[in-house]
Amino acid sequence: MNNTYETVIGLEIHAELSTKTKIFCSCKTDFGAPPNSQCCPVCMGMPGTLPTLNQKAVEYAVRAGLATNCEISLYSRFDRKNYFYPDLPKGYQITQYEFPICKNGYLDIDTDLGKKRIRITRIHLEEDAGKLIHDSGCGTLVDCNRCGVPLIEIVTEPDIRSSGEAEAFLRTLRSVLMFAGVSDCRMNEGSFRCDINVSVRKIGDSTLGTRSEIKNLNSFSFVTKAIEYEHKRQTELIASSGRVKRETRRFDESDGKTYSMRSKEEENDYRFFEEPDIPALILREEDIERIKKELPMLPDERMKLYLEEYRLTSDTAKVILSDISLAGFFEEAAKASKSPRTTANILVSDILSYSNEGVFSSKIQASQLAVLSDLFFTEQINSSTQKKLIKRMWEEGIDPMLTVREEDLLQINDADILSAIVDEVILENPKCVEDIRRGKTAATKTVIGKAMAKSLGKANPRIINEIVASKFKNEEKT
Amino acid sequence: MSYTNDLTSLSAIKAASLLKERQISSQELTLSYLERIEKTDADIGAFITVCREHAFASAAKADEAIKNNDVSPLCGIPFALKDNMCTSGIRTTCASRMLEDFIPPYDAFAARILKDQNAVLLGKTNLDEFSMGSFTENSALKKTVNPLDSKRAVGGSSGGSATAVCAREAVFSLGSDTGGSVRLPASFCGVVGMAPTYGAVSRNGLIAFASSLDRIGPITKTIKDNAFVLSEIARKDPLDPTSVGLCENDLLNNIEKGVAGMKFAIPQELFGNNVSKDIKEAMIRAVSTYEKLGASVDTVSIPSISHALSAYYVISSAEASANLSRYDGIRFGARKKGDTLEEIYQNTRSSMLGSEVKRRIMLGTFILSEGYYDQYYKKAVTVRERLKEEFKVIFSKYDALLSPIYPSSPPLCGSNTIDSESVYKNDSFTVPSSIVGLPALTLPCGKDSIGLPVGIQIIGKAFSEKKLYRIGFALESEITEACHE
Repeated sequence: MNNTYETVIGLEIHAELSTKTKIFCSCKTDFGAPPNSQCCPVCMGMPGTLPTLNQKAVEYAVRAGLATNCEISLYSRFDRKNYFYPDLPKGYQITQYEFPICKNGYLDIDTDLGKKRIRITRIHLEEDAGKLIHDSGCGTLVDCNRCGVPLIEIVTEPDIRSSGEAEAFLRTLRSVLMFAGVSDCRMNEGSFRCDINVSVRKIGDSTLGTRSEIKNLNSFSFVTKAIEYEHKRQTELIASSGRVKRETRRFDESDGKTYSMRSKEEENDYRFFEEPDIPALILREEDIERIKKELPMLPDERMKLYLEEYRLTSDTAKVILSDISLAGFFEEAAKASKSPRTTANILVSDILSYSNEGVFSSKIQASQLAVLSDLFFTEQINSSTQKKLIKRMWEEGIDPMLTVREEDLLQINDADILSAIVDEVILENPKCVEDIRRGKTAATKTVIGKAMAKSLGKANPRIINEIVASKFKNEEKT
Repeated sequence: MSYTNDLTSLSAIKAASLLKERQISSQELTLSYLERIEKTDADIGAFITVCREHAFASAAKADEAIKNNDVSPLCGIPFALKDNMCTSGIRTTCASRMLEDFIPPYDAFAARILKDQNAVLLGKTNLDEFSMGSFTENSALKKTVNPLDSKRAVGGSSGGSATAVCAREAVFSLGSDTGGSVRLPASFCGVVGMAPTYGAVSRNGLIAFASSLDRIGPITKTIKDNAFVLSEIARKDPLDPTSVGLCENDLLNNIEKGVAGMKFAIPQELFGNNVSKDIKEAMIRAVSTYEKLGASVDTVSIPSISHALSAYYVISSAEASANLSRYDGIRFGARKKGDTLEEIYQNTRSSMLGSEVKRRIMLGTFILSEGYYDQYYKKAVTVRERLKEEFKVIFSKYDALLSPIYPSSPPLCGSNTIDSESVYKNDSFTVPSSIVGLPALTLPCGKDSIGLPVGIQIIGKAFSEKKLYRIGFALESEITEACHE
């Protein structure tokens, strides 16, 4: 790879909004419903039907803008983008071309060299198209369920310089959109997908090279691979004194390469013009203020809360913030616990090992986790009991407080009782005592272990430790 | 009953009162109209579809409602709809082979209001395919002639709706007006037509030609009937975001108050040398009538009117080119076979759309193309804005504008196919109010030298329908009196 060339990358991200109904009609937007079970004359473009704008979609787009530091347009407008395809019932897509609802925003991403700001050119509202089903056995069929699902398209400036930065931006954006409650951003369901514009240029050049656009990537690893492949392809082309063509390419998952789809000349002329069926979208300052007030806490703000108020380690906080349902679950439990830090530790080290990959879904109620966390934090149970209980809570759905009482699992913190137990162990294990006296410190652990076992695992290990240590220390003196 | 022989000459208001008083039944009224249609429509061709069974069922339902004292204003009154307004379960063709067998599963908002009031739908009337035309000669399904002179064009595109009212085949009808499509045929047929303010009547369920221009309006025998029908169908519809309804719906109230003290103006741009002697004379007679009734009439200039025609054809064709993209043979309507997707599109659209429709699609596609957008579309939008301003200034001084609807007598049938540019030119009188969405009323104001009616156009400011009807009624009363003398 030629290292004197840098990659310049701009992204166009499509995110489906989590509204219950479509953008221009009242059909549902549920994913995975039987084909054509969620459509009506409006989203199927039947003659005479008209679009009515879903105000919730507008609100979510404004939220997305606020969450990405955009200016919100008081005046925005819809346009028609004209092209023929069977998944586009009206023969045009209703989108925002000249006057998008949000513009001039940014997100900061973490890079090896510290924070980097990626500017966002615009965010606009539009409708999704349907899906073609080619493998039905009876030709190509059209499924209109997705027609009219509300989308936002987020367009960045060409500020990204590597696949790593692209991935960092996408992860940050995804997390922001999810926490803002705008989109569930499920890449496997296509509700978060991205087009990338890639060009290369000699380091130090100020003009942009000719770019290729790679369409419709729906995983972080595809984005990374596509960018790396394009960098290689374009630098090699230039090195062999060829020229990069302005074109649209597709990424092939099977070999990790990109292939030309169409050149600039073959591109559609979309013939954008003002959508006459929908009046201009006028927002008032007070609408934007209200949406701002109702905006859920975003990842940065939450990180601050976790670190400063809940005293989590930054690693634990990051794990919890990687998944909005995990964060929601944690916050609910944290609010009910005496030590949110303890709760977070139990969540990350124990509960996460039981939960499956993908979106977090807990079998334990947050309030139950809080109870368990408090039992442990206040030293009413010890860590081994805590671990046993959490397993049974997950697997059997037991109630921690009830079980502790019924099975008498409370930790023994009484030093007199514990001291007596340790004495018994010393009497029963003269060889160990001998070893300790000869300076074999490992034997101390044996004594402690036996004492713990004698207490049926209920002894406070910290106190046992202290007792054992002090017993032999005292002995030295005598 | 004494009215039996004469039922089809009843006005809507008279019919409504007789129905309410149970002097006639909706079923006998409906029967008279269906018999009339059977007798005359073979010659004049107003209807694409007559829905006999449906009409009888509706009439029975209306009579039942009247019996139960559940009488909506238009209950039991037989009417016709232009065949570009969707009717649930009844085919809606737009006079196109593309939609020849299209049966919508929903009603247009206006059709729904009439259905809910138990008005009786007799059938769907002929039009220029997708409303594109001025003479109803671009229908792919039907030929309609002027009932007053079968050699003459009926006007369009709502030719079937105007014909049906003129030939007493319906008490009233609804048409749609994009650039004059209600007004022109109404004037050629000597009946009353209204293009209400854009947004007064919901476009929901009206098959779009040019969305920012399309307006549904009533065609009636009298001014009062027109006010009566519009009062009912002009309602805000949540499913049409551009719909607003009317400020006040009692359009008949004060309709007889006269025009004394009102100020009218004739835009000189609409009264130039291209207007024939017959039309000029009829206009001048109307002007003196108004002056006699105490109104003043000035001549004014609205310069942007001379650009209105081009702006109209640019905007309407651009919007039409997108609106008609959905007729691709994929989900509904006609489909022609092809080996590739491209071929299915091409075969379907080439063979199922008529030549005028294709001409406008191509024109609109060209206008919106990269490199031409600014030159055509953007300029047209600028003209529209400027015209809006100029009208605003005029209406701060005047109550209404008066103008002809068409520069000459109705042309002979078939004489309009040679040169589309000169045909388009004749729309000059109707399109200025269209591109700014102002209400425009037409009523007969006299006859030309061959005895055919001449229509006058009365344009008002937005939502001034009530005043326009009052102005129209004053003239109508004078003319009716003159006829009786």
